[in-house]
Amino acid sequence: MTAPVLDCAGLGHRYGRRGPWGLRDCTLTVPAGGVVAVVGPNGAGKTTLLHLAAGLLPATEGTMRVAGAAPTQRLEQIGFAPQDAPLWPHLRVRDVLGIGAHLNPRWDAGLADDRIASLGISPRARVSALSGGQRAQVALTLVLAKRPELLLLDEPLANLDPIARRAFLASMFEACIDSGAAVLFSSHVIAELERICDHLVVLAGGRVRLAGEIDQLRRTHRVITGPAGWPTTQPPAALDASSTDGGWQLISVRQAAGRTTALVRVGAHLLAGPGLDAAEPTLDELVLGYLDQRHPDQEPSRQDPRSQLEAPA
Amino acid sequence: MFRLDAGSGVPIYRQLMAQVRQELLLGRLRPGEQLPTVKEVVDALAVNPNTVAKAYRELEHEGLVRSRQGLGTFVAAAPSTTLVAARPALLASLTRWVGRARAEGLSAEQMQALLAVALDEPTVAAEDRTGGGVG
Repeated sequence: MTAPVLDCAGLGHRYGRRGPWGLRDCTLTVPAGGVVAVVGPNGAGKTTLLHLAAGLLPATEGTMRVAGAAPTQRLEQIGFAPQDAPLWPHLRVRDVLGIGAHLNPRWDAGLADDRIASLGISPRARVSALSGGQRAQVALTLVLAKRPELLLLDEPLANLDPIARRAFLASMFEACIDSGAAVLFSSHVIAELERICDHLVVLAGGRVRLAGEIDQLRRTHRVITGPAGWPTTQPPAALDASSTDGGWQLISVRQAAGRTTALVRVGAHLLAGPGLDAAEPTLDELVLGYLDQRHPDQEPSRQDPRSQLEAPA
Repeated sequence: MFRLDAGSGVPIYRQLMAQVRQELLLGRLRPGEQLPTVKEVVDALAVNPNTVAKAYRELEHEGLVRSRQGLGTFVAAAPSTTLVAARPALLASLTRWVGRARAEGLSAEQMQALLAVALDEPTVAAEDRTGGGVG
């Protein structure tokens, strides 16, 4: 892998001098060409992270670098699409693209025109007359025609029906194949993430709960199902006879229907025990398991963070 | 050529790899034939191109396919003969087994569940494999 297209360390942003922290202690890396999903409930810090990466917010602490420099020095390489694609509803599509051409020195007019044509959108159509899916595609075209190395998309899939979502993703991925661009996108929808991203960031309460490459994360976690009451009924030491490499860490536990289901982080060795069944977690199980995790520095939550997430179908 | 099962819990790149292997074993893909390009798969499935590339890369590590710069990915090797032709006795006994199961009123789904249990039988060996990245 070449140098990361985005990396931040100890990154935090505070709204106002004494206001709330939108994000704290955030350390992550986006490899060149990677597709990274940032998931978490509303208020988790997803938009704050994207705004920091886009150079729209300053870091209160820590560092954020895009292609090795501050985002404000890399604006030409960054393509940012804010949530809900605000697009001047009274303008025609060709005028929207004209504004893009005017504002961006690296604008690729051929790419923009070809893309709009191949999507079957009339350049003469007014934005207000477009469907939600078409508006999302025009917004993506505005971003892609900059020929950025990093796409930052805030909730790009939120208001798309399944068919529009597929069309949006296919055309976004094809553009990425051509340009080699990396994608960092936020989503409160976790259905189908597995086919979309190769890296995952789970945010909650302004903190990174989990970050990494998905196949790696799956290999280092297990979903354990066992009898009710586990793991309190059995001493953890008995579960891992081979804990030479640091053993394991319990992330979260759910009790339902007389069974215990737990998400566990493991070392090189697998957990084993009488009556226990261990399986690699799906991406949904990873996300939900980490959102269930209680942190020592976290105030008792009044609201279940899962309640704001759209569970997979 | 590819289909994805979102609910299976099997990582997508492993699903793609398994389907290529299956096509090879059944003789539907032959040496020299080209796999769909990454772009074609992305277009058909709206799936992350890095995932498709990973599946092709792992298949290349297994020696089953070879990528040619700028041209695509091609089948490098195939079983010297297809599985069906190479294992007539196994197929025959499996066919008899299916006949018996059907006579006892089992559905195809129930037979597959039994087969899955049988495949999982030596648990330790099966679990050792999960860390290797190849399912």
